[in-house]
Amino acid sequence: MKEERILLTHGGGGRAARDLLEEIIVPIFDNPVLDRMEDSSPLPKEAVGLVMTTDSYVVKPLFFPGGDIGKLAVCGTVNDLATAGARPVALSVGLVIEEGFLVEDLKKVLSSMKDTADAVPVPLITGDTKVVERGRGDGVYISTTGVGEVPEEIRLAPERIEPGDVVLINGPIGNHEASIICARNDFSIGAPVKSDCAPLYSLMRSVLDFVPETKCARDATRGGLAAVLTEIVESSGCGITIEENAVPVDDAVQGICEMLGMDPLFMANEGKMVIIVPEDKAEICLHAMDQVSGRGQSRIIGRVHDRTPRLTVHTPYGTSRIITLPVGTQFPRIC
Amino acid sequence: MNGFEQFRDKEHVKTLVQKLHTIYPGGELKLMEVCGTHTMAIARYGLRELMPKGLHLISGPGCPVCVTPSSIINASIGLAALPGTVIVTFGDMMRVPGSEKSLENLKAEGADIRVIYSVLDMIEMAQKERKKRFVFISVGFETTTPGTALVISEAESRGLDNVFFLVANRLVVPALHALCTSEDIQIDGFLCPGHVSVIIGYGAYREIADKYGVPCVVAGFEPVDILMAIIDIAARVSSHTAGVGNAYGRAVTAKGNTRAQDIMRKVFNTVDAEWRGIGLIPESGLALQEEYERFDALKFFDVPLVSKPDPKGCRCGDVLKGVIIPPECALFGKKCTPTSPVGPCMVSSEGSCAAYYKYGD
Repeated sequence: MKEERILLTHGGGGRAARDLLEEIIVPIFDNPVLDRMEDSSPLPKEAVGLVMTTDSYVVKPLFFPGGDIGKLAVCGTVNDLATAGARPVALSVGLVIEEGFLVEDLKKVLSSMKDTADAVPVPLITGDTKVVERGRGDGVYISTTGVGEVPEEIRLAPERIEPGDVVLINGPIGNHEASIICARNDFSIGAPVKSDCAPLYSLMRSVLDFVPETKCARDATRGGLAAVLTEIVESSGCGITIEENAVPVDDAVQGICEMLGMDPLFMANEGKMVIIVPEDKAEICLHAMDQVSGRGQSRIIGRVHDRTPRLTVHTPYGTSRIITLPVGTQFPRIC
Repeated sequence: MNGFEQFRDKEHVKTLVQKLHTIYPGGELKLMEVCGTHTMAIARYGLRELMPKGLHLISGPGCPVCVTPSSIINASIGLAALPGTVIVTFGDMMRVPGSEKSLENLKAEGADIRVIYSVLDMIEMAQKERKKRFVFISVGFETTTPGTALVISEAESRGLDNVFFLVANRLVVPALHALCTSEDIQIDGFLCPGHVSVIIGYGAYREIADKYGVPCVVAGFEPVDILMAIIDIAARVSSHTAGVGNAYGRAVTAKGNTRAQDIMRKVFNTVDAEWRGIGLIPESGLALQEEYERFDALKFFDVPLVSKPDPKGCRCGDVLKGVIIPPECALFGKKCTPTSPVGPCMVSSEGSCAAYYKYGD
């Protein structure tokens, strides 16, 4: 990392963000648990089975089709716990509110958090509030830290995957980012797209009940399916192959992507879990996912191919392309 | 079936690939595409893997961001540093390195730099913030230029005195002339840009086909579109009849969009222009007509255009001319990556190097 200042791309969920972590933040903290850079980290040995995760939410606009910053702040953190197979035990909430933010809007955000948390269920047990001067925040920023409990027999980690394992996803990709694009109204696109923002604990509960042999799970947030699979490839040292035709994309999302020259594989989601299971458990895993997501939503999208760390997409034409992590966010094309 | 599927149908693609292999005249053929969206589409669908042995698809200078000279970037940075100015730009331009910095670096240092998706947004901003001076970094080929011309015309009729344009728009056909007369590369056929051709019409390539005997076929962006165009070119090479073809009939006509052409001519005139890495191409750039000169950012702010040599080892010029493919540049993937790009081909979402890096080999 050569920059002297933090740039927007360092928060983009791509290569630049990873470089900031790997080269500056992680070495300074110098902690073997942090070095593994998983979404949930185990607490010290005395606290057996507990994992902790934290996340901050700065989405704009605050209210969008399918959710708001409050719902996002609960789902995002619950879902990071879920990737470890953890049952959420408690959430903390940090609020940074901009001077002048409407109380009515704050109430809406907080109610949304409470409703989402109750649906999981997870209690919001502690928090903090700060207010900053007008102009120093976008209405409200939220941080949530979650603690979860992982049953002893469950260990989900990319290092466990091996060639032959199957990759699944619980539904169509790109809906969250597409809904934000529409809500921001930069392009005056009207499309029936809603964010897929949802807590995924019950999905993972069902999957682990039916398939305790599940190897790995990751939620595909910023940077999309491509980002999360690239991380798994890098952490596991294995190669993963995805069948492009098998990856579900809603027509409206596809249409937005075509217009703007974007690739759905790189678009953010807030309710999608990538799950990797042994080959002979693929069908039963689908069945487990159907119990929660509804029949036909979940798909097998690819497999762990070999031990050459590379993410490959097979096109419908018998050709392939290799996916690498983008630096930051995609920009719509110029012409 | 949605609108795209018939042009992506894998059985149709298979049939076209078989046909291409059947009619291919053999030997080495270099086909150049001069459109960043084609660069990306070819990479994304893996079309190179389907080509007959000897048929090479080469990317040319079809990315408007990539061909913007560093003098323009440096001038934008100079303008951004002026108090009270707002730089307005397309997203891709943010990360293109100038001689020392990029607009992205400058934004982090506190400059007011705003990414827009439509030039019209700048008019709205300028009307709301009358005390600020808005400068649009105007890049693009003929797809984008009519929209910019319309906005300049709109600014004129609204009597706006706080909008300016740093004009770096380029024209495609003069670049094709330069490529055909270059000693560095021998091109056997052009896959002509789909969206530019919607504006200029496929008749615009007649002069290239006739003068140099190089077939020019307009292609769309789906796998079926691109394959049909390649088959057309291969057939023309085979029968030694160069000429111009149109494989994007659903969008492109012979004459193009004459209203768009008119507005371009009304606002802009043609000038010699520098293309990054390639050099000066005659009559290949645009400048504001005299009656719109008051919108010219360089004139108003008296900022000079200073050319500095490209960074050592940077071979963007050779990539843009199709002389080398990105992996043949010594900096590719090592010193020059999307995170720390040396040249613009690695930055732009439609740059050849970015395409090779993103969709790899």
